[in-house]
Parts: sequence; C-alpha cells; structure tokens
Amino acid sequence: MMRFRTAFAAALLCGTFSVAARAEDPVKIGFLSTFSGPGAALGQEVLDGFKLGLEASGGKIGGRPVELFQADDQAKPDVGRQQADKMVERDKINVLTGVIFSNVMLAVAKPALDAGVFVVSANAGPSQYAGAQCNPHYFAVSFQNDSGAEAMGTYLNAKGVKKIYALAPNYPAGKDFIAGFKRTFKGELVGEKYTTFGQLDYAAEIAEIRAANPQGVFFFYPGGMGVNFVKQYDQAGLKKTAPLYGPSFSVDQTVLPAMGDAALGAYSAAFWAETWDNPQSKKFVADFEAKYHRIPSSYASDGYDTALVLDAAAKAIGGKIEDKKAFRKALETAKFTSLRGNFKFDTNHYPIQDYYLTEIVKDPKGRPIMQVREKIDSDHRDAYVSQCKMAAE
Amino acid sequence: MADGASRPIRAALWPALVLIALLALAPALSIWLDDPFTVKIATRIVIFAIGAVALDLTLGYAGLVSLCQAAFFGVGGYVVGILAWHQANSEAVLAGWMGSSELALTLPLAFLVAGLFAAAVGAVSLRTGGPYFIMITLAFNQMLYYGAVALQKYGGDDGLQIINPLTLFGYDISNRYKFFYLALTMLLATVLLIDRLARSRFGVVLRAAAVNETRAIAVGVAPWPYRLVAFAITGALAGLAGALLAASQQFISPADMAWDRSGDFVVMTALGGVATVWGPIIGAAAFIFTELSLSSYMQHWQLPFGLIILAIVLLLRGGLAQLVDLARGAKKGGEAVHD
Amino acid sequence: MTLSLFLEQLLNGVQLGVMLFLMASGLTLVFGIMNFINLAHGSLYMAGAFAAAVAQQATGSFVLAIVAGVVAAALLGIVLERAILQRFYTRSHLDQVLATFAIILILNETTRMIFGPSPLRMSLPHALSGSVPILPGVPYPTYRLVVLLAGLVVAGLLYLVIMRTRMGMWVRAGASDRTTASSMGVNVPVVFSGLFGMGAALAGLAGILAAPILSVQVGMGEPVLILALVVTVLGGVGSIRGAFFAALLVGVVDTFGRVLLTPALGSMAIFVTMAIILAFRPRGMFATHG
Repeated sequence: MMRFRTAFAAALLCGTFSVAARAEDPVKIGFLSTFSGPGAALGQEVLDGFKLGLEASGGKIGGRPVELFQADDQAKPDVGRQQADKMVERDKINVLTGVIFSNVMLAVAKPALDAGVFVVSANAGPSQYAGAQCNPHYFAVSFQNDSGAEAMGTYLNAKGVKKIYALAPNYPAGKDFIAGFKRTFKGELVGEKYTTFGQLDYAAEIAEIRAANPQGVFFFYPGGMGVNFVKQYDQAGLKKTAPLYGPSFSVDQTVLPAMGDAALGAYSAAFWAETWDNPQSKKFVADFEAKYHRIPSSYASDGYDTALVLDAAAKAIGGKIEDKKAFRKALETAKFTSLRGNFKFDTNHYPIQDYYLTEIVKDPKGRPIMQVREKIDSDHRDAYVSQCKMAAE
Repeated sequence: MADGASRPIRAALWPALVLIALLALAPALSIWLDDPFTVKIATRIVIFAIGAVALDLTLGYAGLVSLCQAAFFGVGGYVVGILAWHQANSEAVLAGWMGSSELALTLPLAFLVAGLFAAAVGAVSLRTGGPYFIMITLAFNQMLYYGAVALQKYGGDDGLQIINPLTLFGYDISNRYKFFYLALTMLLATVLLIDRLARSRFGVVLRAAAVNETRAIAVGVAPWPYRLVAFAITGALAGLAGALLAASQQFISPADMAWDRSGDFVVMTALGGVATVWGPIIGAAAFIFTELSLSSYMQHWQLPFGLIILAIVLLLRGGLAQLVDLARGAKKGGEAVHD
Repeated sequence: MTLSLFLEQLLNGVQLGVMLFLMASGLTLVFGIMNFINLAHGSLYMAGAFAAAVAQQATGSFVLAIVAGVVAAALLGIVLERAILQRFYTRSHLDQVLATFAIILILNETTRMIFGPSPLRMSLPHALSGSVPILPGVPYPTYRLVVLLAGLVVAGLLYLVIMRTRMGMWVRAGASDRTTASSMGVNVPVVFSGLFGMGAALAGLAGILAAPILSVQVGMGEPVLILALVVTVLGGVGSIRGAFFAALLVGVVDTFGRVLLTPALGSMAIFVTMAIILAFRPRGMFATHG
C-alpha cells in the first residue's frame, strides 16, 4: 500500500518528489528565476554565477550536499507564486533564491517566509522588504533598488553637474531609481520622463532631450529597453554634449555586447563590475569566462556571492540550518570573501557596500567593458533602513 | 478544431459533472499524499477552468475568437484587490464606503464590473467580425493591461498585495481546503449556467449565426445583441475567475492581464474541445499540469510545450475531447466486427 | 513646443510609421489575400534580425547582412508554409491562431537554445552612423532617414507588383476566387507559397532594418507584431495602401502621445485611436473585402 502510494505520488508529482532518504540530508534550495521571455538572460546570468559559487564551495553548503530545484517564473508574479508554493510545500525547500524582478519577489516572498523558508535574494531588492516589511528571514545579497541611483547623484554633485535630464520606464522600479537619484542630486532636473515599459522607439524622447539641452542624462533602462535607448541615443549624436549616467544595470554585460560601441563613454555607479580590482574578482571573471564564454555581469557576481554567503553561514553553525534562529544569526554575521570586497548586512538585511564610478571602454579584445574609476560612496546604507523595525529573536 | 458551431451539439453535461466530482476529491488526495500543494494546483485548475468554460460561450458557441479574456480576468482580480486595499488602508472608495474584504460582496462585484467592461469592449468589437474581431479584442486587452500598469496607487507594475484576511459571510476563508470548495462551487455554477445557455434559444441563435450569419439575419434574428450578451457573460465569468485567483494568491498584478495570458485561455478552451462544457475543464487541467511539470523538468520547456499544442491542433481537430470520440468510434467499430 | 521641435517629432512619427509599415505589409498581404492569420509573423521578423546580426558578425559586411537576413526569413517562411501552415488555409481562424501561437513558442525557444538568451549586436557601417542637419540646429540620424527611404521604396514597389504585374494579378485572382483561378491555370498553391515567402521576406527586412536601432533578442517580434496587427486592421485587411496610411497614423499618434500625454495615457493612445476608428469604420480605413 505504502509503495503504491509513493509510486502514485511520484507519478502525479511529475518526478520532482524526492522520497529517497539519504544518510546526509541535502540542503534544498529553490532557484526561482526568469528563464523565458525578455528577462531570460538575467535568470541565466544569476544561475550561472550561483552554480560557480557552489563549485567554489565544493558543491556543498555548510558541508551538506545541495539539491537545487529550478523553476521558471516567466517574469509573471502569479506563475512565480505557483512555483514558489510548489517548492515550499512539495519540495520542502530551506532557502528560496534566484528571483530577478521586484514584482515577482513581492508575490512570492510572503508565502515563503510565512512557511518558515529563508528568502535570500540574489537580485531583486524591493524597497518594501528593506523598510516596513523587513523580515528576520529575508536577506538581499544584491542591493536595494535606489542605492545605485543615490550614489550617482552624489557623484554628479561632486563633479559640479547642474542640469540633468532623467528617464526611466513607467513602473515602480523605474520610479524608485529616479526617486533615489533625486534624493541625493542637488542640481536641476530639466526633464523627468517616464516611458512605457518595453518601449521600442525613443526618437521622440531624444528630440526632447536635445531641446532641453542638459549637461547629462540619467537613465535606468534594464534589458532590451536599455539596448534600444543607448543605440538610438548614440545615433542621435548627443553623447558628446550630454553623456549618459545610470545605475549599473543600464550598461552591464547582459546588454553591453548588444550595444557595442554605442555604449562607449557611458558612466554608471556600480557595486561590482567585471574590472573590480581584487584577487577573488579577477579569479571569478576568469573562471566565468572560461566556463561560459562571456564576461560576467553583476547579476552573476550576486549569484556567486549568494552561494558563498549561504555556505559561510551554514558552515558557521555546522550545517544545521534547520535551527532557524541560529541560521539567521549566522547569515547576519556571515564571514565570506565577497567579490565586492567590502560587504556586510545592514540591520534590515540589505547590504552595506561601496559604490564606484565605472566608464564603458573597450578591452584589449575590442569588447565594451565597465572600467572601474574612482570610489563614489563608502559603506552606503539604503534609504529605508530606518523604517525597518525587525524583531530580534 | 473546426468552429464549434459546425460540430453536432454535444449535449452531454454529465462529463463535466464527472470532472467536477473528480476534482472534488483533490483535498482528500492531498491529505492522503501528505502533499498540501496538490490542492493548490487543483484550485488553480478550477479557477482557470472557470475562465476557459466561460470563454467557450464566445469561442465555441458564438464562433468568435476573443483575445481579451485575460483583461477581464484581471479586472475581476483588481476589484477584489482594490476593495481589500481600501479596507486595509481605511480610505474611502467612494461616498464614505471603506471597501471590503467580504467575498460574498466583492465576488459578485467583480463579476459585475468585469461584465460591464466586457459589454463596453463588446459593443465596439462586435461591430467588426472574423479576423478583425480577434485583432480588436487583442488591442483592447493591451489597453486594459496598460490601464492596470498605470494604477500607480495600487502598485502599478509591481501588483497589489492583499494583506487583510478575506472572509465569506464573515467566516475566514484562508484555509486552502475551504477556498478550494468555494472555487469549485463557482466552477459548478459556471458549468451549469453555460450549459443552460447553450441549450436555450439563446445558444441556438449564437450557433446559427456562427454557421451562417446571413441566413440568421434573413430569418429575422439580428445576432448582434445575442453576441453582446454572450461576450458580456464571458467577460463577467472571467472576472469572477480573476477575483478567485486574486483571493487565492492574495495578489493581483498587470502580468495576469498580459496578452499571452489571453492566448493561454484560448489554448485551454480550444485544446480541450470547443462547444463542450467539459472540454475546457480538461484543457485547463492539461495546460496547467503540463506547464508546471515541463518547467520543473527543463529550462527550455516552451519548445515541447509549443510542439504539443501544434500536434494537437494538427492531428485532433476536436481537441482533446476528440480522443473520447475516437475511443467511442473504435469501440463501435470493434462491436461491428463481432456482429 | 517650438516649430522645429514639432517638425522633428512629426518626422520621428512618420519614420516610426514607415518601420511599422514594413512589418505590416507582409502581414496584411498574407492575411487579406490568403485569409490567414499569422501570429508567427513576428518570429519571421526576429529571424531576419538574427540572421543579419550573425552574418554581420561573421563577414563584417552590412550589405551581406541584409541579404542573409532577407533570404533566411523568406526561406523560413516558405518552409513553415509548406510544412505546416498550408494545412491551415481551409481551417478556422481559431486553428490558425492556435497553430501560429504554438509556432511562436517553438521558434522563440529554439532561437534561445541556439543563440542563448542575451541580445545580439548589429552595428551600422560608418557612413550611416552619423547624423545630418534637416533643419538649422536639428541634426537627424542618417540611418533613420535611410529607413524612411527604404520603407517608401518598398511601399511603391509592392503597390506596383500587386496592381500592375501578372503575378499580382494571379495573387488577386487566387484571393477572390480560388477555384476559378485554379481552373484557369493559376497554380494556386505555388502562388500562395510565393506570396507567403514574400510576406516573410518583408517581415525579415523589417527586422533587419530595425536591428541597428533595437535590441536583437528572443521575443523581439511580439511587441512589434501587436503594433503591426493594429496597423493591418486599421488600414483594412489586405490593403497595402491602407496599411501604409494606417502605419503613418499609428507612428504619429504614438510619438505625439508619448510627448504630450501622461505616460499611462501615452501608452494607450494607439489602442484608443484604434477603438475609435473601428467603432466608426469596422473594416478599417481602406477596406478591400465586403
């Protein structure tokens, strides 16, 4: 009877139902990310980085084997929710990670946290979980949306830039970025434009930028939108009079190969880039390129760091991650060699990290890369940490 | 899958009832397997089945391919979400009314509001026909989608979380088994309503006009009002389904209204077999089950998924429902040999 | 808004419209003449862009890239038509929607498997990458003017082919009465395959011309497909002339909608325009069929 039931369950549950009891129970990690649609490159990037991170820790987390449950959220919150429910309730995951988009994160984090699963974000950094909704079991290894934009504002102040035109897609992350920029930028915004999400043609906006005659353009366009905008901006010949400034996602390695020379001379505020000057970064970039034949972006570095954080925290408590109180403490104080060099979790479990200016230049092989320039901001804390009242357990 | 109208009336209601009875066992199965997720999938199947069965009225019986189903689905979801939001934030919706998280009130409202949206869209779209209808419903779907993205107050593209507990007649409905039976009851009601409509004079006119519009007009029946009512009912039921989805996942977002979701609904309805009340239920179940299992097996799951759809369209003109016909035919054939 | 800015935006709108026309022209031909709804038209656009980007990376030549893109899209179109789609000419619109919806999934995923999920690059030859002054103090990207010109030339050629040549006559005959045309010696299947190939080549060309401006990535066809469908329906299915004027209208409405309205209203402007026009002219602005 029992065997029939198990076999029936296995058949019904599409084979993902694991029944074999092992001598050493694996750490179960749900990797919910975007693998189809326009955001698919980002999911792939985080996953590749995460897998490389796992390899670096010998394929284990805290000395225990790892069972990875992968699923595609299609960048749709409700699909993500369904997949997350499955991972939490059926696969009984210990940790959920991989989510790219803030809107998916907002749909999946609550049920996972309610079920006692740790959510360790390798990318999405919505302000809600940095502030009022912060949670003892929610960690973001990556960034808070606004931070890169805040750092850019600081840099432009120091450089004495007075007139900026700002653009972003008309959705919450876009508004977060511009709000973050305005929080620190002291000059004048001669234009503030929100465009349709997924817009293809930017000729009209570029004509308006020309007419407004700014000293620079602050923009946030992730993925294909960024490729469209940067190419068209370059063709309009405005780059010389009004350079492009943005958070790193607008001009990182997920889009640079597609932008080519059009991106040269654009600046961004980055918490990591492929030219980061420390030994662990150099090794990571070399390993990543050898394995996947492309230059990693900060999505991949965040995936890598996420694996390292999990391993370090689990190791510190002898792999006993089921002790949630101890695991939380261990994550908060995790000692690991971040690719970023300087990294620690703030009281809201979002990173405190440095921001550097990067400029897009050509590498010796003629490929556009983000060249690290000066440090803009040290130990940057996000703007929402004061709203976080996290209960100490 | 020829137009539903050109196929003989599949009068049978009982297969749909059998399917619903089988679905009713999901919670028991879930407990037996000690797998609470089973009932969640079953809930999702039931919710999408409501949308698909409803779409069949327009798609199968009236022969009009609508790509606007997801938009109405989302409208219903937003009605429940927005009313709950207002209650949670103690902010008046209108005239001092503070919103509600009482599903006995918000579900019918979602049905009604989505129906009104559908009536408005239908009033314009139904003036066109055939391929024009497909395209204009697609355009309206995009319009409503962007409308939802523009709802910055209610989360915009991030979507809207429902944070207060939802009730039904004052009782907490957050228990997944209770909620499942609520959704299943709504599916049963939808099936009975669509079946009733399909058998009535209303359904006969819809089908007749789908087969030959000119002849219908010649015998003195203008199909336009019938189609409009059918389209509005389809949209209203989609709104009900969307409301249930929002309530079940305590979340609604514009992504639920994207045009490819409308395509998913058409696929569910048509793959199961149009102009049957039970085909779309099978279609919804097969679609959700395949999507979930393929995507946890492999990253490039959309390739086999597309191939499966293409194969069914190419080989089974009646959708999955035709497999039953084929099986019946084979049985009859077998008997004939014995005689 | 100054006059020169207004004129520049008008040109932007017209230029966007011409790009949409290239995409919509193939769609409206296949749709109107063969009475076939091809949602996978966007996949042919993608195929053109990908083939061109790959060819350019391999050879470094922009001209060869264009040739490769057009040929690849046309071949893919003909193979699809012969292998699968021609079976659906006599089937319902619903089946056509389903089959081509499935083909979108298949082609997108196959492309992703071959080229990976990251966008590809297509760059411009040096001569086209600058800008030229169109008004005093208003430089305009050279390449956009080239696209504008190319679109106008294609529009003219298409009109001539359909209205003035023997092939165009066959096409029109096959569309209005298939049986009679067959009995009078027109090889309808061959003509339709040729027509489908031409539609595919046009979609491919649209993809290639868009590739230096837009991101060459998996799924790039679908947003454009929706706009092209709007254009096709507004212009009247099957009407090249209608598609041309509808495309200009959509381009201009979209451009000015984005400039003058709030972002939310701006993104809805096209669809509202479409609803209004179809409410008064249910078969589009230049209906060809009853």
